[in-house]
Amino acid sequence: MTDTISRDLFPGALEMMILESLRRQPAHGYALVQHIQQRSNNLLQVEEGSLYPALQRLLKAKLVKAEWGVSSTNRKVRTYQITASGLHRLEQQISSFERMFEGIALVLSPGKSAAN
Amino acid sequence: MNWIPDIFRSRKFHDDLSEEMRLHIEERTEQLLSEGMSLAEAKRQARVGFGNCTLVEERSREVWQWNTLESIWADVRFALRQLRRSPGFTIAAVLTLALAIGANAVVFSVMNAFILRPLNVPQPQSLYALQHGGETDGTESYPDYLDLRNRNRSFEDLVAYNVVQAGLDAGTDPSSVWVEEASGNYFDALGLQPYLGRVFHAADEHGPSSAPFIVLTYAYWHAHFQGDPGVVGRVVRLNKHPFTILGVAPQDFHGTLLFFNPDFFIPMESPLVAANDLTARGNRWVFETMGHLKPGVTPAQAVADLNSIGSQLEKTYPKDEGKMTFALVRPNLYGDFLGRPVRAFMAGLMLLAGLILLAACANLGSLFAARAADRSREVALRLALGASRKRILRGLFTEAVLISLAGGGVGLTGSVALLRAMSAWQPFPRWPIHIGVNPDAKVYGVAVLLALVSGLLFGAVPVRQVLHTNPYEVVKAGSASRMGRRMTARDLLLVVQIAICAVLVTSSMVAVRGLARSLHADFGFEVQNILLAETDLGMAGYSPDRVPAMQKRMIEAVAALPGVESVGLADGLPLGDGAGDALVFKDDTSDLRPSNAIAKPPVFSISPDYFRAAGTALLSGRAFTWQDDKNSPRVAVVNREFARRLFGSAAGAIGRYYKIRDGVRIQVVGIAEDGKYGSLTEDPQPAVFLPILQSPSNSTQLVVRSSRDPQLLAAAMRSALRQLDAGLPVLIEARDKPMDVLMFGPRMATVSLGVLGLMGAMLSITGIFGMAAYSVSKRLRELGIRIALGAQRREVLQAALGRAVKLLAVGSVAGLLLGVLASRVLAFVVYQATPRDPLVLAGVVLAMLLLGLVATWIPAQRALSVDPLILLREE
Repeated sequence: MTDTISRDLFPGALEMMILESLRRQPAHGYALVQHIQQRSNNLLQVEEGSLYPALQRLLKAKLVKAEWGVSSTNRKVRTYQITASGLHRLEQQISSFERMFEGIALVLSPGKSAAN
Repeated sequence: MNWIPDIFRSRKFHDDLSEEMRLHIEERTEQLLSEGMSLAEAKRQARVGFGNCTLVEERSREVWQWNTLESIWADVRFALRQLRRSPGFTIAAVLTLALAIGANAVVFSVMNAFILRPLNVPQPQSLYALQHGGETDGTESYPDYLDLRNRNRSFEDLVAYNVVQAGLDAGTDPSSVWVEEASGNYFDALGLQPYLGRVFHAADEHGPSSAPFIVLTYAYWHAHFQGDPGVVGRVVRLNKHPFTILGVAPQDFHGTLLFFNPDFFIPMESPLVAANDLTARGNRWVFETMGHLKPGVTPAQAVADLNSIGSQLEKTYPKDEGKMTFALVRPNLYGDFLGRPVRAFMAGLMLLAGLILLAACANLGSLFAARAADRSREVALRLALGASRKRILRGLFTEAVLISLAGGGVGLTGSVALLRAMSAWQPFPRWPIHIGVNPDAKVYGVAVLLALVSGLLFGAVPVRQVLHTNPYEVVKAGSASRMGRRMTARDLLLVVQIAICAVLVTSSMVAVRGLARSLHADFGFEVQNILLAETDLGMAGYSPDRVPAMQKRMIEAVAALPGVESVGLADGLPLGDGAGDALVFKDDTSDLRPSNAIAKPPVFSISPDYFRAAGTALLSGRAFTWQDDKNSPRVAVVNREFARRLFGSAAGAIGRYYKIRDGVRIQVVGIAEDGKYGSLTEDPQPAVFLPILQSPSNSTQLVVRSSRDPQLLAAAMRSALRQLDAGLPVLIEARDKPMDVLMFGPRMATVSLGVLGLMGAMLSITGIFGMAAYSVSKRLRELGIRIALGAQRREVLQAALGRAVKLLAVGSVAGLLLGVLASRVLAFVVYQATPRDPLVLAGVVLAMLLLGLVATWIPAQRALSVDPLILLREE
């Protein structure tokens, strides 16, 4: 159920992916889901609904802003856009994520690191 | 302050979110449609892909909820909705708790005022009063007080005071006032500054009668001088002596004896205190001495210091002094004299109140358990839909806390009203007794705390029920658990509760009946159509030789009033105060030691017409005449019991003699009927009446018999007496007024038993109600099946309520038996209280029946109205 995301991803991962997507271009919720699933080659099965609590968290923290508008396909959409502080946060998170990923990789493959 | 706009915006965000989600699913549906799915399949697929809409919304909303406060608010609103849906439950629960919290608030407030709150003086924590070692008495003679004050090295200073009644003539209506005679250092040593003018100081006293000064209490200044600042410097007459008003004491200072508020303060070395009282070492008339300990001195050191002074005094004045050892006590309640019984009484009351609260919690717990059982399906459904158990428990606790707060609020409001009334109440108009028990912050705090704790306590009862709910089982099969057949602890508690309730109901009915009967009992005098006029000629400055003539003139003046049938005069009254007592000896006794005395009867000095006026029958012999004076032989009228004890029989007593302590022989000239003298519950006591001219007294009561309207007569009496002496304070009251003091105990006992009985009844009702409701809820399905199978109403009721009724019966019978036993104890307090009264027994049975009916009415209705069709369809 909704807990799927937090069970399958580490906390904050979804937010990070949303911010990254929005950094490339503003998008509405549906487009974001599509984007994340496509980019991950459907490896990440994000339950569509779980996007919204994450978006609300980002909105509350003022990392993104939202505006009602009309899409290119002439649909009423609420488009999200990353803010300056959102960009800043994204950079922080990516760098800390990379460090963490590096660490995990080292732990998981000790042989390789010894060979290096 | 980011959150302020957030709160206002949050609603719009919610709307945005719902719209956004709707659009999302719509877009997905269209996408799937365009991929070639059917409309129905596309819609379903879009929803499945999106997940649980409600939960998404809820989680998103949680993001915006301002801290936990908003979620608590949401819980509160939900709980309020739930409670509104079952008003019967809510009202029963709130009232139960209101009673319990109210009782605790009242008792705690009284305890707070009696015991916890110190005297209203600066630095009360170092203030100690002196008490004689091994006694509960703190009286001293004035010279002893001076020696203790001047020789001790432990106290900053020692003050002394005594309370007396005096006649005040301030130029208008002469009135009787209560005066605190205080040592000159009183205000300075206690650290009190005047509200107005100045107070008296040690330097104002220069020996007997040297300091004719008055410091008014704030209350008296307001009530009798209209708060006029010009009162300072005025000269008024106190017992005819001129006194100068120096000032007004601080607003919140009511003297140094708790609840006994004097009207004003005068120095001890004033004309009101006789010169030999200031010098006689054997005359212990100073009521209490107290002082602040010096910094660093412990009470034990101070006691050692006082004891060494005491032993010196013992050696120096062996004739006057008894054993002089000391103890230190808190001054508020006159040391241990009042303090010890009051503390014991309060501890008992607090325990009782605590038990009431505990019983209330137990009852509410079973009510909540019944409610949780009723809602087990709802709970299971919510669990199945993804609500966490924590969340559900939070909801239940929110309900419990809401009820406890509402109950606490209602209870506190009621108790504050009661306490205000108690504080304004003067139980005995003759004495300046004010029971200042107004609640303070401490009381409010304790009440709220108790309410919250009990809310959590009874809210915790259904926790296990919820935690063990297995949603799948419940939804599948309905609540399948069954009522146990064994006697549970809760049942036992209920029986005990009902028994206690029945005891209280029995005792209060016994007490009420006894009280009602005692008002019409034979006292040996009449109560109806009699007015009393109390005067003290000493207050008006009469010397002893002028007293008898004046008293005769008073009798004549009142007797001349129209409508007055007869007028008597007495120095004291049966069941009133003022009468002394004396040891009496047989005529042939020559060794007049106290141990040889036959009796110690009360002695009333009366005028010739007293018996007629009071309505006391003279059985044989003669009453007194005005010729029975100082120059004629000593005579007495005794009551029948006296005659029986001293002379064997009433018939042979006339003309015989008895002796008193100083060897004087007194001849019995008449026999009066027996009566009640000291208390309503006493056994027949001997009593003696003496002619007032042979044993005179300043302070007397006129006993006026008349069937005229008491108010008109009182006014006429007042003006007749004023014409004789305008400066004489007079207190006019009905004959039963002085008896109020005696009735106070029985009345209080009856009232408190009644209140406790009522509370017990309320608790029993909610207890039985909770248990019956629980049993009906649990067995609703079974009852439905029984009805479907053709069970009669009686059988349904038996199945549903049999257990509750059985418990009620067992408890009631046990309680009734115990109550009958307890009433024997009650007979010591309340005159003519007997449980062997068919009216009482019938009343108790009726009360318990009524109680059972009220408690089981709603569950019974519910059991009878079970519709098997609906029930079975639901399952």
